[in-house]
Amino acid sequence: MAQRAIREYDGKKMMSDLMGGYCGGKVAVSGKFVKVNSETDLKKLTKKYPWLAKEKLVAKPDQLIKRRGKSKLILLNAPFKEVAAWINQRMNKEIKVQEVKGKLDNFIIEPFLPHDESEEQYVCVQSVVGGDEILFYHQGGVNVGDVDAKAERLFIPMGEKIASDEIEKKLLKNVPENLKKIIASFISGLFGFYVDLNYAYIEINPFVIKDGKVCPLDMAAKIDDTGEFESAVKWGNIDFPPPFGRTLGKEEAFIKDLDSKTGASLKLTVLNPEGKVWTLVAGGGASVIYADTISDLGYGAELANYGEYSGNPDAEFTYLYAKTVLDLMTRKKSSKGKILIIGGGIANFTDVAKTFKGIIKAIREYTPKLKAHKVKIYVRRGGPNYQEGLDAMKNLGEEINLPIEVYGPQSHMTRIVSIALKGKK
Amino acid sequence: MKKWYDLFDRDTKALIYGMQIKAVQRMLDFDYACGRKTPSVAAIINPSGSNGFSKVFFGKGEILVPVYKNLNEAAKKHSDADVLINFASFRSAYRVTMDALKIKSLGTFAIIAEGIPERRTKEIIAEAKKLKKNIIGPATVGGLKAGAFKIGNAGGMIDNIIESKLHRPGSVAYVSKSGGMSNELNNIIGRNSDGVYEGVAIGGDRYPGSDFMDHLVRYEANPEVKMLVLLGEVGGSDEYEIVKALKEKKIKKPLVAWCIGTCAKMFKAEVQFGHAGALAKGEAETASAKNAALKKAGAIVPVSFDDFDKKINETYKKLVKKGIIKERKDPEKKPVIPMDYAWAVKMGLIRKETGMVSSISDERGEELKYGDILISDVFKKNLGLGGVISQLWFGRQMQDYAHKFIETTLIIVAEHGPAVSGAHNTIVAARAGKDLISSLVSGLLTIGPRFGGAIDGAAQMFYSAYKRGLTPHQFVDEMKKKEINIQGIGHKIKSLENPDMRVVIVKKYAKKHFKKTPLLDYALKVEQITTKKRSNLILNVDGCIGICFADLLFTCGKFSKEEAEKYIDMGALNGLFVLGRSIGLIGHFLDQKQLKQGLYRHAWDDICYLK
Repeated sequence: MAQRAIREYDGKKMMSDLMGGYCGGKVAVSGKFVKVNSETDLKKLTKKYPWLAKEKLVAKPDQLIKRRGKSKLILLNAPFKEVAAWINQRMNKEIKVQEVKGKLDNFIIEPFLPHDESEEQYVCVQSVVGGDEILFYHQGGVNVGDVDAKAERLFIPMGEKIASDEIEKKLLKNVPENLKKIIASFISGLFGFYVDLNYAYIEINPFVIKDGKVCPLDMAAKIDDTGEFESAVKWGNIDFPPPFGRTLGKEEAFIKDLDSKTGASLKLTVLNPEGKVWTLVAGGGASVIYADTISDLGYGAELANYGEYSGNPDAEFTYLYAKTVLDLMTRKKSSKGKILIIGGGIANFTDVAKTFKGIIKAIREYTPKLKAHKVKIYVRRGGPNYQEGLDAMKNLGEEINLPIEVYGPQSHMTRIVSIALKGKK
Repeated sequence: MKKWYDLFDRDTKALIYGMQIKAVQRMLDFDYACGRKTPSVAAIINPSGSNGFSKVFFGKGEILVPVYKNLNEAAKKHSDADVLINFASFRSAYRVTMDALKIKSLGTFAIIAEGIPERRTKEIIAEAKKLKKNIIGPATVGGLKAGAFKIGNAGGMIDNIIESKLHRPGSVAYVSKSGGMSNELNNIIGRNSDGVYEGVAIGGDRYPGSDFMDHLVRYEANPEVKMLVLLGEVGGSDEYEIVKALKEKKIKKPLVAWCIGTCAKMFKAEVQFGHAGALAKGEAETASAKNAALKKAGAIVPVSFDDFDKKINETYKKLVKKGIIKERKDPEKKPVIPMDYAWAVKMGLIRKETGMVSSISDERGEELKYGDILISDVFKKNLGLGGVISQLWFGRQMQDYAHKFIETTLIIVAEHGPAVSGAHNTIVAARAGKDLISSLVSGLLTIGPRFGGAIDGAAQMFYSAYKRGLTPHQFVDEMKKKEINIQGIGHKIKSLENPDMRVVIVKKYAKKHFKKTPLLDYALKVEQITTKKRSNLILNVDGCIGICFADLLFTCGKFSKEEAEKYIDMGALNGLFVLGRSIGLIGHFLDQKQLKQGLYRHAWDDICYLK
């Protein structure tokens, strides 16, 4: 649970629905935008939103892709027919943005707003240590440049409020007189909105003022999802899309679903299905350290997965988790054989023997495959009942005749990584 | 005397918010291992309970810890407690902490909950700063000061605490983000130096209540601390405050540091690790950049976590060599905390004679079992009520026809009108305003040799005669001689010509499905004789059920002869009547309540008053 990015559509929808209340009714935010996903019937859309047929439009994917303009992912100043064709052409297609491959499946359509580049302005509210910060620049848009360096900044310490005239004085020095009042009310409202809805970040770049209305042309936002119990009603029905390119594989989705069914934590990310080094690590912190160490010792390219199980999952969940990893690692053979790291720090209260039971069951089931793939297993763990757990692992190795090396808390947590990769003790 | 840089000492006392008895016990075990004279828990606040006491162990003996509903009251009564360990949930931790901050006697606040909205945490931090109070957390296990005080569950199980030498102070103080890794740090430091002096896990949130520097500054000022250890993390920029302090010589003690998350570069798309704060915004927040900056500023940074232990060990040895740390020898004898009974049993260290045996069912596992059958299998295999009774009464499954027979008998004995003694009693009790159970039991208590109890009696009597090889004639004669009525024979009005339909059904079922019916055949021959004397001396329903059930036990092949005899002798068959008739009796109870019947009084004219 943390700060999570939301879709541009959801952010704009919240703003147009609620901002009036936060600006004392002085500022309205344009409310014309439509969400399109793979289930949307484009043909029926104009009936529901007649303005689509009347106005020139903008269309762009709405799935947390940065710098869409540079990747030619924005269609500007087009009639609906063209927009529909443009979206149809791209819907459910895989594309590559910079290094990341991903599937397009979510778009936003808005009216095209003819304006001069000089009308574009930049505003950002963000959570910082000790309070929040508002950044404003009287120019905005794709070519705004390094706003971090040139924007006007206003720091608001925790618990303090800001008045419109303070905003005018501190942030709006370079704004034309006739726009100062409306922009000041807008920013003060935006801040109230941001606070009240547990936002952690809102960047509107750019917005323009048209007919007394604030029109956010492009917007990126993050919500603190731990604020759900306070703000969920105001958020409405939103989703937290995964970062672009993070579409889950079948097994990753299975573990995610499993994770949602237990109070414990189960995580799995496949990095390189053909990698030689696989991990099955207990604990959030320890799992990162194991991945670090494999990478720091120069075997990053061989690291096949990142994942963790923690919070005392019962043997059945551990079994299903382990089975998923074992299955993934025994699909494509490697002439050099493979390594499985069953690692973990010293557990606080998790019964090590109990969680190992699930892993042992999975290993037993996959014995022939593990042998065929020349898998070597390295175990390190401490905590309640660890001795029994380690003994069980040791006995398993002898029983099924598979190389399983077992270490306890007297061995440094990541030593099995260097032993496994470099044979050094 | 506590100095400004000490959050805790051997006299520190804490209030525990939340009914966390296990955490309290762990704190007290730690206290005892440290040789503290007084326990570190002054009181527990249980907002959903009432004032009272909770019993916990302190060493070998037990003590009472006061429990309060209200935090202010607890703080007032225990003004010597200056630490609050707040186990309130992520929903209420904010409110509880903000209220607690106002209490003068409290100075340090550990917040355990994970998932407090960042804005609320920031408000807590601002308020604490204003009041010059210390926060540890949120989203942490806490921390501990070796040999003095520990927060809640920090340090794990007591044997691990003693193994890592946390019951006495060492010279190394650490601060870490991760609470889960703090135990590993205790282990690493315990094995590679003279041990931990103090360790704090500040928690994985983006805005921790106290940051690395808050604690490192304290450690730097504390002359007992000779060496510092930092375990940082990808995300956030707090580590750069340390870089600054190193450069400005505000930190002069040797600092072994490592930031975890160097693998983040392996991930093409953004990955949020376990902690809320563990996500890099820009290059400077990556673990690699932080490690490099710390190293450049003079911290001792390993190449990878794999050398972390070696760097700690090398640094420690240098300090020993320089004479900064004087090595002490630990006494051979480690403190012994009596092991919890439950844990000792689990580990197979002790055993206890049981006071009871049972083979009926087992509710201890993940799924309830009837005998050795999982409750879900009871339905999957469609065992039905008959199968369940067979399992729970006889500890085995019989054939389907047998299970059906059990159900048939239950249906047949379920009810027999309001006039019979059982129903009558239930009705009288119900009308006297008694509850369901009292009324039911009042009826059941009439079951015995004269009412309903003939099922057993008949089975026992007929089987005894049959077994001894008596002919039906000999049997009837023997009973006559002894002047005993044959159980299961005789009905108030029914006769061979006017049969009881219930008997017909039972007989028909047994004849159709049972492998053999020797006892029923025998009983029918007896009936031939008795009905000749009087036409209503027929095999009645109790007798028929008892005898057929005995036939079932002997012929179904699931019981040995001895087992079948045992169940008949035990009186198992009466259970069928008790169980079945309970259905009817409950019906009578509900009926009387439903009809709002008042207190029953027997009519005078129905009683013959004797002079």
